Amino acid sequence: MTHWPRNFLLATSLTVLPAAASTPAQRGLMVFQQVCSACHGLEHVDYGDMSSLGLSTDEIRKWAADQQLPNGTDDNGDPKTRPATATDPILSPYPNEAVGRLANHGLLPPDLSRLALTLPGGAGEIRQILLSYAPAPAGVKLDEGRYYNTALKWKHIGMPPPLQDGMLTYPDGTQATPAQMAGDVSAFLDWVAHPHQAERRRIGIYVLAYLALMALLTFLLQRRIWKGRR
Amino acid sequence: MTSPLKTPDTDPRGWFERRLPVMSLLRREYVAFPMPRNLNALWSFGAFLIVTMVFMVASGLFLAINYTPDITQAFASVEAIDRQIPSGWFIRSLHMGGVTMLFACLYIHIGRSLWYGSYKAPRELLWLTGLGLMLMVMVTAFAGYVLPWGQMSYWGATVILNAVHAIPLIGQPLSELLLGGDTLGNVALHRLFVLHFTMAFAILAAIALHVAALHVVKSNNPSGIDPVSPSQTLPFHPYYTSRDGFALCLFLMVYAGLVFFLPDLLTLADNYVQANPLVTPRDIRPEWYFAPFYAILRAVPSRLGGLLLASGSLAVLFVLPWLDRSAVRPATRRPMVRLSLPLAFAAFILLGIAGMHAPTPAWLLASRVAMAWWFIHFLLVMPLASEREMSS
Repeated sequence: MTHWPRNFLLATSLTVLPAAASTPAQRGLMVFQQVCSACHGLEHVDYGDMSSLGLSTDEIRKWAADQQLPNGTDDNGDPKTRPATATDPILSPYPNEAVGRLANHGLLPPDLSRLALTLPGGAGEIRQILLSYAPAPAGVKLDEGRYYNTALKWKHIGMPPPLQDGMLTYPDGTQATPAQMAGDVSAFLDWVAHPHQAERRRIGIYVLAYLALMALLTFLLQRRIWKGRR
Repeated sequence: MTSPLKTPDTDPRGWFERRLPVMSLLRREYVAFPMPRNLNALWSFGAFLIVTMVFMVASGLFLAINYTPDITQAFASVEAIDRQIPSGWFIRSLHMGGVTMLFACLYIHIGRSLWYGSYKAPRELLWLTGLGLMLMVMVTAFAGYVLPWGQMSYWGATVILNAVHAIPLIGQPLSELLLGGDTLGNVALHRLFVLHFTMAFAILAAIALHVAALHVVKSNNPSGIDPVSPSQTLPFHPYYTSRDGFALCLFLMVYAGLVFFLPDLLTLADNYVQANPLVTPRDIRPEWYFAPFYAILRAVPSRLGGLLLASGSLAVLFVLPWLDRSAVRPATRRPMVRLSLPLAFAAFILLGIAGMHAPTPAWLLASRVAMAWWFIHFLLVMPLASEREMSS
């Protein structure tokens, strides 16, 4: 197998933090960078898309530059890589599906781009799954690579418990408890699954206000035109 | 005002008018055009439909510029429109919201024609061109829904193409023509993209035909009695332009509400999972506007039978002007129709709700009852009611 520069385990070093993480979605990005991205990708999301989460251009460039992407082959036919740029997608660390399965007992960690939209229960369900790991009760025998989790119908999941107390430090001083991180990362994934939602609502209010004003004016106009005609 | 036709050639209006009398046509058809005085708000839905179609074509052009009709890239190109293309999310929502608004207005527009008897002589061709438009919109919507290449795109199209395959004689060649192969794949996606794109402009042409037919036979009205003297009419402008303008603002507020605040209502979440021929979704649900016909397809145990009844539910509308022979137009003045038609509307809505639920025995029964009433209304009640009204 070719050497893949990103660690399959926890890529805890070299991740760039937003200057002052403050919103849950911003803290959730940190959780994604340091925990989830060890196995999961956001293949439809570009690094540059994080600018609407409040990351500066430099932060985005630095984060992207720390990730390596496949870049064809060199003259000897060996695979080459290059640093990612802001317009590259946030790919899964696995170069292909087979490697992803090989590293995870045959299960492929799903892409997270739209998970908070397509998973029944949405972001709340993601949080619930992250917090529902428990020791398997006596008598329950799980296959290798399966972990007991009460949030799922079959009570097990292929993802090892990802969140441990104090595994990362939030720059804004928020305590990184598993419950806090689970809430934050589900807020981040909700933001990712509903692109441009804040902008959508902000513009929507102006559009509705404008149309309401036009409705009032056209109502007065048609009433004046129709006066005495009915 | 003197007629531009009598002015000398030095007057550009007269020069133009003698060569291409567009201005006088617009004046005749959109300014002075006589309209009944008593139209209600339901007569604004035709205007809504035209406006929505303009939105659809305009937003569709921008989507087509950024869309890649290739099964390996279609899903990602739609994601890019939603995420990275500047204002792409807005254009796409406008297009998706437009489908819902288009079908909602279409069904209300048709319902109004049914209620006020607008399909009767001399408006049969107006009615038939309208129904033809509805079929064209349905084909276009079906093709368009496949393009994002999500799970519902793929499996919904599979259901429909299997149904098409079941049509005797023409079914197999027709589905092969759409698929271009044995399975739903790249060739089919290309063909459906071209079909979707081409049909949009065919619809615009058919709208021109529909409106031309309207301008020959003029608008029906709630009383069902055509105006005979000029005192019973008002010029289209400024009376109905101002009224439609106001109604359009309200309509656009609903449309904007969908686009900006409820975008998730417009699609099924499963369609944000890329199409996977190896994984069948737990339940394949159609979009709401196809749900009544999907409910009929499922309510009939035989595939061909379901297809015949689903298309029959539309076919009865095409022959309605000849099933309903009474000269009385509005249902308000026809005791039997006044009871039976609202039940047929309710049956259509019930079919729509059933079509969006899993086919449990209760929903199947509801679908069958509703379907039965739909056919009873058009095939039995309408001829009987006209018979009775003619003899009394």
